[in-house]
Amino acid sequence: MASGAAVLNPRRYLMDDRRFVGVIFLAPALLYILLLVGLPFLLAIAFGFSDVTVGNTELNFVGFDNFVAVWENDIFRQVFSNTVMFTLISQVFILIFANILAIIFTQEFTGKWFARFIFILPWATPVSLAAIGWLWMFDTKYSPIDYLLLQTGFLGPKGILSNSRNLFWLANPALSQISVIFVQVWRMTPLATVILMAGLSSIPTDILDQAEVDGSRFMRTLLQIKLPLILPIMVIALLFSMITMFGDMTVVYVLTRGGPVDYTRIIGLYSFQIGIEGGNLAQGAAMALFAFPLLLALALLMLRTASRAEVR
Amino acid sequence: MALLIWILQNFWSLLVLSFATLVGLRIAYRFRKYGATRAELSHILRRSPFYLVVLIFCFFAAAPFMIMFLHSFKVDGDLYRRPQPFVYRQDPTLEHLESLFTNTAYLDFIRNSVVVGIAVVIITLILALPAAYALARLTGRWGERAGILMFLVYLVPPTLLFIPMFRIVVMLGLKDSPLALIVVYPSFTVPFSMWLLQGFFKAVPPELEEAALVDGFNRVEAFLRVVLPLSLPGIISTIVFTFTLTLHEFIYALVFITNTSRRTLSVGVPTELILGDVYFWQPLLAAALIIAIPVGFAYNLFLDSLVQGFTMGAVKG
Repeated sequence: MASGAAVLNPRRYLMDDRRFVGVIFLAPALLYILLLVGLPFLLAIAFGFSDVTVGNTELNFVGFDNFVAVWENDIFRQVFSNTVMFTLISQVFILIFANILAIIFTQEFTGKWFARFIFILPWATPVSLAAIGWLWMFDTKYSPIDYLLLQTGFLGPKGILSNSRNLFWLANPALSQISVIFVQVWRMTPLATVILMAGLSSIPTDILDQAEVDGSRFMRTLLQIKLPLILPIMVIALLFSMITMFGDMTVVYVLTRGGPVDYTRIIGLYSFQIGIEGGNLAQGAAMALFAFPLLLALALLMLRTASRAEVR
Repeated sequence: MALLIWILQNFWSLLVLSFATLVGLRIAYRFRKYGATRAELSHILRRSPFYLVVLIFCFFAAAPFMIMFLHSFKVDGDLYRRPQPFVYRQDPTLEHLESLFTNTAYLDFIRNSVVVGIAVVIITLILALPAAYALARLTGRWGERAGILMFLVYLVPPTLLFIPMFRIVVMLGLKDSPLALIVVYPSFTVPFSMWLLQGFFKAVPPELEEAALVDGFNRVEAFLRVVLPLSLPGIISTIVFTFTLTLHEFIYALVFITNTSRRTLSVGVPTELILGDVYFWQPLLAAALIIAIPVGFAYNLFLDSLVQGFTMGAVKG
């Protein structure tokens, strides 16, 4: 029947061809993305090897000068280690909390809908706006956290933590780093939880039923069946939030702008400050490129894990 | 207004009271249903650590939002002089909320965000709907590879791209124009939506399309008339998440738009409502909260379908 129609009407035949329709359906999106990401990406590499600035539009090849300059820059080294440290430390906490929360939210309990609404807010709210809430919580003078600590005797003249009335969260080197990591954990945990929940709910029920028939208790089912089964998805959740965090500067931009000194400056923010605010496009691009091999390795690792998970 | 004042002045007692009432009602309900026996009591005791953990997590998640709500209505004197951040010593006021809408560019930010969001959603749907269908049904191996490529592209972070993009935007004369954001945002919304939609399309039984093909529709018609209407819930949740992704985006919006009245919410609120070192805390906190709550609702409403779409895309891939 179809071939008869094809002889009569070639256009109709084309519209029925899986391959042809597939190509014209996929091509626009693919081209748009490749153009919009591929072109700037190549340009970023070109910038990294040139002396382009905001004022001077000419691209002169300068070899590895930018990369050498960036690497010899002491601030950048600190910035690089900040980025890696913040990302790694926050992932540990995110993974712990996300596992607990995913187990909680795959069970039935009273008030689940409301609890889920609350716990997802940090992820649902635009980051820059949620960070404003924390900016106020960590305020130098009016911090509600400091007030609580003051009332409970941790702060104040005879305080255990400090003699002053305030901790100066975002002005103290160690505390500012802790604050930034805390806010990142706070806002990324729901995302990891949702990914893990998807993993937990995709475990075939017959496996769990069998475990129950065999008399497996809650903890045993959890540790010996559920966790091993969602391990690949856990790796995906982990890599996903690592990559998101690595490529984000919003939290530090709103909270500290990199201060005090350079204690909370991370690569994304520094390359913004040098490249856009300072006008040195070439060095800004070179900085961003420094992180790329790491990101690529993470992404490939993630894909391999994902494809293994599917084969299972 | 009187109600608002009363709620604000008794915020914590109301919170504790309403929670205690709910817990009490729940226990009373169980007692009536199962009898106030010893076994029932020990069941409740065994469950309580679980609820305690939930409560602690909820408290941490909600803390800044509660403070935002509580502090948006304080008069300056109450907020700054010998602070007692958790109670109202002077009457709450709506003055800061009014000034947010009348004296600042907040309404402009909202309008800009909505314009950019809607335009991006339209472009994303036009590009992602057919592409996701192609990945789900039409293309075999090479489509799978294209899908993986898209996924990799999604992982290239904006921090790497914003400098060259800034140069391109300036060259095209699009700086300070919402068009710059409208053109650039699909670079991350399209891969995201494709991945999501692909899952929903796979959930449509192939028999229905085959029936349509037998009835004389061609592939394109079968897609438009059969698959699209059947995946409408999935498409709506894709629209919601695409829109919120544009609301969240920060770096491009910060770099491309520097004119106050052209800025979008995510950048406008934290940069323009703070003048140098002078913070107008009440309007600032209110501005953040007003956006946070509706977006939070939308996420919760569509979360299940998000999870479903992603697992569909992954499991049957």
